Amino acid sequence: MSQRQVLQGVISLLRPLLLDVVPTIQQTAALALGRLAYFNDDLAEAVVKEDILPQLVCSLSEQNRFYKKAAAFVLRAVGKHSPQLAQAIVECGALEALVICLEDFDPGVKEGAAWALGYIARHNSELSQAVVDAGAVPLLVLCIQEPEIALKRIAASTLSDISKHSPELAQTVVDAGAIAYLAQMILNPDAKLKCQVLSALSQIAKHSVDLAELVVEAEIFPVVLTCMKDSDEYVKKNGATLIREIAKHSPELSQFIVNAGGVAAVIDCIGSCKGTVRLPGIMMLGYVAAHSENLSMAVIVSKGIPPLCTCLLEEHEDHIKAAAAWALGQIGRHTPEHARAVAETNVLGTLLSMYMDIRSSEDLQLKAKRALKNILQKCTYLPALEPLLHDAPPNIMKHIVGQFSKVLPHDSKARRLFVTSGGLKKVQEIKAEPGSLLQEYINTINNCYPEEVVRYYSPGYSEMLLERVENYQPVL
Amino acid sequence: MAALVRLETRLSRLREEYFLKNRSVDEDRKIVYKAAVKIQSWFRGCRVRAYLRYLNKMAISIQKWWRGYQSRRYFRKMIKTAYFIMKMNFYNEMAVRIQKRWRGYYVRKYTHNYYALKKYLEAISLNNEIVRNELQEYAEMNEKKKKKKDLEKKEKEKKYKARKMHYLLSTEQIAGIYNSPFRKFPDPMELLLRQSKPLSHRQQQPKSPFTYDLYDWPTCKRPPAFPTGEPLPPIGRQKPQGPFRDAAEVLRQRYKPLEPTLRVAASISSPLEKAREEMKREEWRKCIHDNEFLPFSSYHKNEKYELSIHASEKIGKETYGIKHFREVQPNKWIAGKVSGFLLLKRAWSLRLML
Repeated sequence: MSQRQVLQGVISLLRPLLLDVVPTIQQTAALALGRLAYFNDDLAEAVVKEDILPQLVCSLSEQNRFYKKAAAFVLRAVGKHSPQLAQAIVECGALEALVICLEDFDPGVKEGAAWALGYIARHNSELSQAVVDAGAVPLLVLCIQEPEIALKRIAASTLSDISKHSPELAQTVVDAGAIAYLAQMILNPDAKLKCQVLSALSQIAKHSVDLAELVVEAEIFPVVLTCMKDSDEYVKKNGATLIREIAKHSPELSQFIVNAGGVAAVIDCIGSCKGTVRLPGIMMLGYVAAHSENLSMAVIVSKGIPPLCTCLLEEHEDHIKAAAAWALGQIGRHTPEHARAVAETNVLGTLLSMYMDIRSSEDLQLKAKRALKNILQKCTYLPALEPLLHDAPPNIMKHIVGQFSKVLPHDSKARRLFVTSGGLKKVQEIKAEPGSLLQEYINTINNCYPEEVVRYYSPGYSEMLLERVENYQPVL
Repeated sequence: MAALVRLETRLSRLREEYFLKNRSVDEDRKIVYKAAVKIQSWFRGCRVRAYLRYLNKMAISIQKWWRGYQSRRYFRKMIKTAYFIMKMNFYNEMAVRIQKRWRGYYVRKYTHNYYALKKYLEAISLNNEIVRNELQEYAEMNEKKKKKKDLEKKEKEKKYKARKMHYLLSTEQIAGIYNSPFRKFPDPMELLLRQSKPLSHRQQQPKSPFTYDLYDWPTCKRPPAFPTGEPLPPIGRQKPQGPFRDAAEVLRQRYKPLEPTLRVAASISSPLEKAREEMKREEWRKCIHDNEFLPFSSYHKNEKYELSIHASEKIGKETYGIKHFREVQPNKWIAGKVSGFLLLKRAWSLRLML
């Protein structure tokens, strides 16, 4: 007999035990069902098919607290695997019974019910809406205020799962007054609770400007910044996520965060972590810098660029590198000052190599190219541009040469440097179609120098000279 | 007669001459007539031409005058517009100068205020420094707390171990393992052992599987232990009496005089309260008169004076029962008041009423 059949046989054996007279047997049978269904989704489907759920739901309202806990565990175990199973649970009327359990006195029962609701609401927005329609949200907000830490954790994670799908659901959670309690709980020393609370707040804030403003009005700044210094990595990550979701909506919110010193905290956080934990912090810097040039300058002044450069160099994952490249592009694209600040760290070469590298993913290449273009269009810092002349592909080359053609006509020292560093030679070697923008730039550059110099550096000049030597009639 | 002869000779010729003369005159007449016509026509022509010339001249003069007038008008208008345009250009240029200055000032002061931006950025770096310092302090505080907790935990564990291994304490005869005679001073563990109270073996209640335990429900790892009955009582064990204190110390402790803290020694009520109590007691003692002092003697005299029964009735005996018995109203009697007709009328009406 295959394992699946064995296990299904087990379920049909357990089923009559659920109706046993002795309560301990019922409870243990429910516990066994729950554990079986938790680890294996075929079994969860079997549990649904054998019509065990309606029985459990009926007895949820009648039995004692141990049975309620076990039944809630079974529902959670079944609902966690897929949306269809969760839908089956909703259809057999489990939501009302679970919501009634949320009003129970025993904190363990509340926790089990809240956990089951959270797993159901996690899958998609219809299921979340069903959970909200059953009236779970005010009770969950009451659960958050309870003194037991585990109950608070689960209630916070359920609220987070409900509000992540759509703005209306998030608004429902906000209308129940959840934000104030969640904001108070940020100060709690328990690390996992902080994780869940920060995740809930960030799911609420991510949908719209109004919700983000509501979250900010709950006075989470500057308390949230202390989370960025927590010893637990996930607290740091969720804290950075929350700040990112708030900063991305509007320049005023970003301004507020900058004024509260959020940028410094996030930069320190990026510097101290490794891996995917850094990603929300990097994105937050990108969003803040994207809104306006003053904010971008604020990021530069807070010493934001060096950590981003180290991220680019050290990280192995492509998506983190892509995010860092994007953030650098947003910082450097506003004015020549900004571009200079970015270029001085010699990160342009890294960006170019990432763009040219075949092994980088498409996303990374695209972001590196865009960032490079944006920075180059404003960059007038020639020492950083010169190394790029040698390796760049034609579409980037046109921007670099364009920048040179803008700066060189006005600055004589730069012209001299350009010649001595071999840039003029390189420019002569570029083959451009006549009439294209690149050719115009090259002509502009050539016009900055006297003819002899240009001819001297044009390719094939040495051969030409040698030919002249050959053809020369010595004057005797 | 000679003349007549002559005339006669001439007479024959006369008719011819007359005819010839008439013919020549006739012929001349045509020529003369044509000549006259020519002269006259030429003269008339002259006259008409002169007249036309005259008319022409007049017309020219009028037209000249009129055209001059129109063009002068036009010219004046042109000058006015040219002047106006010049003025407007001048004004425009001045307005441009003013606006240029104003816009430059406004933008530099409010929109792209360089100095404000610089100050802002400096303020941000300062704020960042402060925030970083505070966060650093917070992190250090957390670290310290954690370390302290770890240390305390370790201490607790050590003490527990010492209590459990109390039997390893060294005695007079046998030196314990922590008090080797070759050591200069005993191991710290030995000192711990000396200080600790021995741990008695209490039977732990086996936990029922369904008791409330949040942290490892229901994915808990251990199998549910079914509830057993009451554990058996211990076999009459005496608790060993632990290390005794020095007797002198004990007596000193027992008969130590009380040294109350300032809080205990001070009375419950504050000096202010006590002073108030004092004052109240004095008042109570010295009080003679309960009514409060009123400034004017008739101040409280707001009672209306009521006459006593004796004064409110008239003096003397009651006349009812002596002088009269029932109520009579002699003023209503009609006898003796009215006469004759009225009396009859009244009697008639009375009769009607009856």
